[in-house]
Amino acid sequence: MLYREAGDFKTSYVDDSQTFPIKFDRWRYYAVLAVAFLVVPFVINDYWANAVLLPFLIYAIAAIGLNILTGYCGQVSLGTGGFMAVGAYACYKLMTAFPDVNITFHIIAAGFITAAVGVVFGLPSLRIKGFYLAVATLAAQFFLVWLFNRVSWFYNYSASGQINAPERQLFGVNITGPNTEAWATYLFCLVFVVASAWIARNLTRGALGRRWMAIRDMDIAAEIIGVNPLSAKLTAFAVSSFFVGISGALFFAVYLGAVEVGEAFGIQKSFLVLFMIIIGGLGSIFGSFAGAAFMVLLPVLLKNTLVGGLGWPTDLAAHIEFMIVGILIMTFLIAEPHGLAQLWRLAKEKLRLWPFPY
Amino acid sequence: MKLKLATLALGAVMAAAPAMAELVFPSLSYRTGPYAANGIPFADGYQDYFTLVNERDGGIGGVMAKVIECETGYNTEKGVECYEATKGEGSLIYQPLSTGITYQLIPRASADGIPVHSMGYGRTSAKNGKVFEWIFNYPANYWDGASIAVNHLLDLNGGDLSGKTIALVYHNSAYGKEPIRTLEELSKKHGYDLSLLPVDHPGQEQTSQWLQIRRERPDYVLMWGWGVMNQVAIQEAANIRFPMENFIGIWWSGSENDVLPVGDGANGYKALNMHLPGSDLPIYEDLKTYVYDKGLAAGAGDQAGSVLYNRGLYAAMLAVEAAKKAQEIHGTGQITPAMMRDGMEALEITGALMEELGLPNFGPEFAVSCDNHGGSGLGIVQQWDAAAGTWNQITDYIAPDAEVLNALIVEDSMAYAAENNIAERCN
Repeated sequence: MLYREAGDFKTSYVDDSQTFPIKFDRWRYYAVLAVAFLVVPFVINDYWANAVLLPFLIYAIAAIGLNILTGYCGQVSLGTGGFMAVGAYACYKLMTAFPDVNITFHIIAAGFITAAVGVVFGLPSLRIKGFYLAVATLAAQFFLVWLFNRVSWFYNYSASGQINAPERQLFGVNITGPNTEAWATYLFCLVFVVASAWIARNLTRGALGRRWMAIRDMDIAAEIIGVNPLSAKLTAFAVSSFFVGISGALFFAVYLGAVEVGEAFGIQKSFLVLFMIIIGGLGSIFGSFAGAAFMVLLPVLLKNTLVGGLGWPTDLAAHIEFMIVGILIMTFLIAEPHGLAQLWRLAKEKLRLWPFPY
Repeated sequence: MKLKLATLALGAVMAAAPAMAELVFPSLSYRTGPYAANGIPFADGYQDYFTLVNERDGGIGGVMAKVIECETGYNTEKGVECYEATKGEGSLIYQPLSTGITYQLIPRASADGIPVHSMGYGRTSAKNGKVFEWIFNYPANYWDGASIAVNHLLDLNGGDLSGKTIALVYHNSAYGKEPIRTLEELSKKHGYDLSLLPVDHPGQEQTSQWLQIRRERPDYVLMWGWGVMNQVAIQEAANIRFPMENFIGIWWSGSENDVLPVGDGANGYKALNMHLPGSDLPIYEDLKTYVYDKGLAAGAGDQAGSVLYNRGLYAAMLAVEAAKKAQEIHGTGQITPAMMRDGMEALEITGALMEELGLPNFGPEFAVSCDNHGGSGLGIVQQWDAAAGTWNQITDYIAPDAEVLNALIVEDSMAYAAENNIAERCN
């Protein structure tokens, strides 16, 4: 009834190709943004920021990044953890080398540095495909972690090999360091998430995104119709690594504040982000958010229910949590191989016909 | 979402109001994951001591103690979640049993005004109370451990280590890297050669490291390991027939879990400790009467008497004594984290006090002060007897080389203070 195109007349091409063609969707999108920007900052506390919302937002950026590479361009990557580490360490080196420059620029610069590193590790993708490329990016993952552990220049020769984010401000409000307010870090990350999602959405529906998808669907056919695989694959690696690098920088500087490369950016991080996009839905911006929410929020929710609500022993709850998350992942993938985004798409189709389906 | 957030915000406000008459001690434990074998006994001991205090003494100074357990899985992200989840409950002190999580908590807890006690782990330079107001690492730290091990080797070699080679097998993380700088300084002083062999998390694969040891034949091997890495290392050492008495682990590499899987091959393996091993202590009678026999033991209740269970008891004992001290200073039973910090800073553990608690000669005597948050740094060496299945104390409390360590601690803590604009206290 509410959810339909009828009566919503598009009079220009711009209108016709907008992201949310249905009026209800558009308003829902504005409402979500309004709540995120205008309501949440006033009710947020440290727990919600540091345990729930910051990881969700930051992983959402990483998932968007990987989704561009894997979901849109079809290049499987297991190097996400390593690229996040590049972002984190680039941000750390910039923060300590240029303390007077604003943190925002450091994070964006960390994104560009990661993009450059991503292009270098993306070069093999021109010759190898599929599983073999996954193995090549796995090498990137291990090499980068080893590098940041081995070369003490990256952690400014500290005895422990840890990197610690010094205190930095934006408009006089602390963004990094211990004395931050929950709303400030949340808003800072939210701005990056909204900007990333907006850029990613517009890139993927433009000429560049179409080239990526052509490569994904059949690279030889794409080459025949004039898509340059070199530029298409390398731009995918660059853009993807840019977002992953930004998420790594935020992960280190804003969320954790102190990071150790092997523990924070190990292979399990690469898998986590890959699972996010598989469960959320490959080739979908919404899927990146849904997947990040599923993988970040569900364990916290289960833990709070089982330990806080039901009073179970913590170890039992932790084991059951693994099992429930695992079973849910399998159920989702069997019932809907295209992820949460496809479920959402189906729900919208059904809603459009409701209450008179044919 | 809005409603949910509003309810939660309301809940948080209500939880923050100090309406309870109990002292809250969060236990950030790990009973799952690759480090669970070591996390479980510590968590059990920690919890059992508080149960004992509640059951036997009716709480601490008449106020019941409450332990909130939160599972971290030795993972820093989960550790942060646990910290944020428990800090609003009136938590008095954090003991995360993880160097990585300690590094996370140092700035956060300092900003929130909650003391952190990283007993024998964490950031070594936190010993300097002038810089680290909220962080304590008494009775001993990693650099003490490195120095104690070297001093023990000096004793064995008649005070001369020149020309000897020492290999350090370490967990390739903040934890394992901590002693390197100290061992390098000490090698300059005593003239031994140091070779470094990192082992990546979680440490199940160490063949290449031990092949190198087999080739280079170092005189001694030191180990900074944790979790499954310990047993693998001891197994590998047994496989290459490395003389076990020349293999010394830090106090985190010296529990029953580490040596039992290797069987007879582990006989003679040495490890440091900051307290006595074994259950031959009067406190175990009280524990039996008030905790085990009442069915109140934490976890499966099968860890009593193990090294790490004793360490859990020790950690809890130090927390309880600090809380008593805080109650004494401030004249109130219901102490706050800030009062707890004062208590920790005024803590003095004497032989008589340990005797009174049923733990005679259990740990070193030490006193905490405003500028020394690290205690005396004394430790013992224990040796594994595979036939009897016990750890035996083989040395008295050994003192570390304070001269070398203090310079390093001042250097490292001053660098931290400069990075974070911290003004020195206690002057």
